[in-house]
Amino acid sequence: MTALLRIEDLRTHIQLKQGVVRAVDGVTLHVDEGETLGVVGESGCGKTMTALSIMNLLPVGGHIVGGTITLGGRDISGLDSDAMRKIRGNEVGMIFQDPLSSLNPTHSVGRQIAEAVILHRDVTKKEAYERAVEVLDLVGLPRARERVDEFPHQFSGGMRQRVMIAMALACEPKLLIADEPTTALDVTIQKQILELIDDLRHRLGMSVILVTHDLGVIAGRADRVAVMYAGKVVETTDTSTLFVNPRHPYTEALFHALPENAAETRVRLYSIPGAPPDLVNPPTGCRFAPRCRYATDRCRAEDPLLSGETTAHTYACFFPVGATEKTVGGRLVVVEAAQTESEHTEEVPVPGEVVLSARDLVKDFPVTRGALLQRRVGSVSAVAGVSFDIRRGETLGLVGESGCGKTTIGRMLVGLEKPTAGVIRFDGKDLAKSSGRTYRHERREIQYMFQDSYASLDPRMRAGMILREPLIVQHMGSRKEQTAKVKEMLGHVGLPETATERYPHEFSGGQRQRLGFARALMLNPQLIVADEPVSALDVSIQAQVLNMMRDLQRELGLTYLFISHDLSVVRYLSNHIGVMYLGKLVEIGTADEVYLRPAHPYTKGLIESAPTADPEAERAKSHEGISGELPSAIHPPSGCRFRTRCPLAQEICANVEPELRPHGVAGHLAACHFPLQPALEVPVAAEQVS
Amino acid sequence: MADVTISSARATELGLAPAGKPRGMIRRAWEVFAENKLALAGVGFVIFIFLFCFLGPVFYHTNQVNTDLETYLCHPSGSHLLGCDDLGYDELGRLMIGGQTSLEVGLAAALISVLIGTLYGAISGFVGGAVDAVMMRIVDAGLSIPGLMVIIILSVIFHPTPLVIILIIAFLYWFGVARLVRGETLTLRTREYVQAVRVIGGRPMRSVLRHIIPNAIGTIIVQGTFAVADSILTLSGVGFLGLGVAPPATDWGSMLSGGLNYIQGGNYWWLIYPPGVAIILTCIAFNFIGDALRDAFETRLQRR
Repeated sequence: MTALLRIEDLRTHIQLKQGVVRAVDGVTLHVDEGETLGVVGESGCGKTMTALSIMNLLPVGGHIVGGTITLGGRDISGLDSDAMRKIRGNEVGMIFQDPLSSLNPTHSVGRQIAEAVILHRDVTKKEAYERAVEVLDLVGLPRARERVDEFPHQFSGGMRQRVMIAMALACEPKLLIADEPTTALDVTIQKQILELIDDLRHRLGMSVILVTHDLGVIAGRADRVAVMYAGKVVETTDTSTLFVNPRHPYTEALFHALPENAAETRVRLYSIPGAPPDLVNPPTGCRFAPRCRYATDRCRAEDPLLSGETTAHTYACFFPVGATEKTVGGRLVVVEAAQTESEHTEEVPVPGEVVLSARDLVKDFPVTRGALLQRRVGSVSAVAGVSFDIRRGETLGLVGESGCGKTTIGRMLVGLEKPTAGVIRFDGKDLAKSSGRTYRHERREIQYMFQDSYASLDPRMRAGMILREPLIVQHMGSRKEQTAKVKEMLGHVGLPETATERYPHEFSGGQRQRLGFARALMLNPQLIVADEPVSALDVSIQAQVLNMMRDLQRELGLTYLFISHDLSVVRYLSNHIGVMYLGKLVEIGTADEVYLRPAHPYTKGLIESAPTADPEAERAKSHEGISGELPSAIHPPSGCRFRTRCPLAQEICANVEPELRPHGVAGHLAACHFPLQPALEVPVAAEQVS
Repeated sequence: MADVTISSARATELGLAPAGKPRGMIRRAWEVFAENKLALAGVGFVIFIFLFCFLGPVFYHTNQVNTDLETYLCHPSGSHLLGCDDLGYDELGRLMIGGQTSLEVGLAAALISVLIGTLYGAISGFVGGAVDAVMMRIVDAGLSIPGLMVIIILSVIFHPTPLVIILIIAFLYWFGVARLVRGETLTLRTREYVQAVRVIGGRPMRSVLRHIIPNAIGTIIVQGTFAVADSILTLSGVGFLGLGVAPPATDWGSMLSGGLNYIQGGNYWWLIYPPGVAIILTCIAFNFIGDALRDAFETRLQRR
């Protein structure tokens, strides 16, 4: 096979006021014809800038300062903008992360695709329009001819991404660059889109560069992988070799930080200390050295070059890891001194008494029309009769796609939303019944940890004041006591005491999440509702935060309601898992029961859709997943709400709503007429839900 | 300078260096502000005009109480640097005391209107619903009144002292501030850090005073700066129509109006240009400052 794209020693700099960011610093890689190259790395490592350099679509101040980019035998790095325009969209297509902001909301999708065709092909408007219908059909848009005149807002997120792909493919490029194409999508939709890209690659015989932070996405889709760190490629080889035998310590650390690898053993995750370096003043020597557990003085002085025993597997490290370690089932088994120490902490938690119980929670959001007299024209059924209990000291994980109501449940528990119906009892007291001072007092017991710590911390307040505020509001302690408490909490979450003087934007993402957690802890709550606390973080930082949450749960005896779309994270942290679909709790049980023996078809589909960092397992998976998209919650389907996407659905599913019934081990409940696990005979009332 | 702070912040992230002295909001805002040379010139001019108006009379003694027909419309000379007006007042000295009135009225009217408008707008936006609808219709009504007409009517009814004029201008100006702050509040109240106050059991007033207003402060200060310029201009307009402060006190607009009577009779340029230029330069200076402040309080720019 010949290389379609070859990048040699590419250097891209971005000129900013305070200096030059060396965003891409000597990247060498190639993409063969018909192959998928995965480019993986944490945010800020230069993967997107590499992709943008190929297209010469760099942001203001950015320019290529060295190296060559050869596409099909022609150097395109020095082309002027006219020549470049002929390549963009024609020979190289690109799709971005956010399909909504990439599409023009004022033009119909057909017109936008036709525009791309007219630019590069000598065709009439009508022919271009026909081509638009053709490619929309190609990317699996149902009823393409009818929908071609619709506008971007009339499409769902997954469909919009399909439109973006159609636009990128309209001129049949030889190379498709997909920059985090599925990061904004749910796992079930992610699987559909990745399948589509894979399928189109084979059918159209093009090459793909798949840029992502998600090792799982890479595992199933890429032929070869380039791992990037701080503007450089640190390791590159074919996918199966990389996953079985990573040689660069950074690659190895990324694998160790994945919660899915520790889900069964529940050992502490390996977290890479610190954060990626500043690319204005990169450290001398190996850029990973400050965070590397094997680094020596040589690493800090000299910059290792990309080399290896074979040209097929190269890595930039003086002291490559791996090779001697045992691999089991394609996964690394690494036992470390530091980790073995903490392993004894994996005792089975003693289930305490029920701290919080929710019964038949319902939340409808009104849909109104009219600016002045807001007429109620319907309601969104966000949560429809959900019951569960949380026991002291345990973690209940709630999973589901976006729009399934899991966040609404969390917000109802902390009082940010009022339930339309249903009861929330905390320590036996009905939370809805209290008001005024008792209400404020009860608020102390349940605290909320926001997903986006940046948005949830007041940018105009110093960290010290942010942490003191809960105590001031609740009139707890003197000023001196409050300051002491702030320092104690900072110590708990692993931030220095000097942090009190800083503003939220002066912290890194992981540090801010620690700060958000510290604020939630200030009032000594019993229950913490954590809404997607790690979904915005890189894998290595995610591991730091997850470890911290587990440690503090043990130390302070906390109870968590952990909300996430990421099943592997939920499984790692939770004792029990509840699976939600369109406002309904469809399955609940112990973490291993739900994960290993799912009874509901949706749970099974969700588990299969979630990509795992294991190429063999990924390739062995069925190509089905869950078809279709989440129906509207304004008019939810009758009977079982999942029936419209369920492979097992029959007539009864549309007519009778299934109740939660026990399956297998006690406490494992699922609401399905055709469960995948045998049902126990006696139907239980919701009161026995664990 | 900025370079050093940023890289040291990064170094702290890596746990390599101790935290440096963190910069406060004002400090960071000043760094962005100082990059705008026009705004610095504006600040320089505003300082100059204040010193000129309030300290000038200490060094340049003139009689601004009694008319003196001997110096009627005298040309600029050694004893009267900018000549005299039609009542024999020294023009330069008059420019100083007229400026005092203009600046006092401008600042006071801006301050009052911004204070009232901010509180009104923030409460309206935060409470929302029917309360918001009623409060905003009142603002709509207020904004639909033609300002100059109200000023003329009220100046005829009340004796136009500076205090009365301040209150009239503030009354007319706060509606706009209220509407602007309300818009800002609508976006701020959905922010998670405002919701976080509810989770810790805080009262709504805490959200408004501690979180919403401080985060809207950029908009408020910018609006306040423009309000100063607008108020000075409005006062000049009122004075120009002959409805300004009563003699022997004066303001720049009244001076301009007085000079206009002699514009055709001869070359009495010193009656027209000094107050006219003073009005224009002061307003431009405040507008430059306002523009730069808008950038300075944009947190995105501070983080560079």
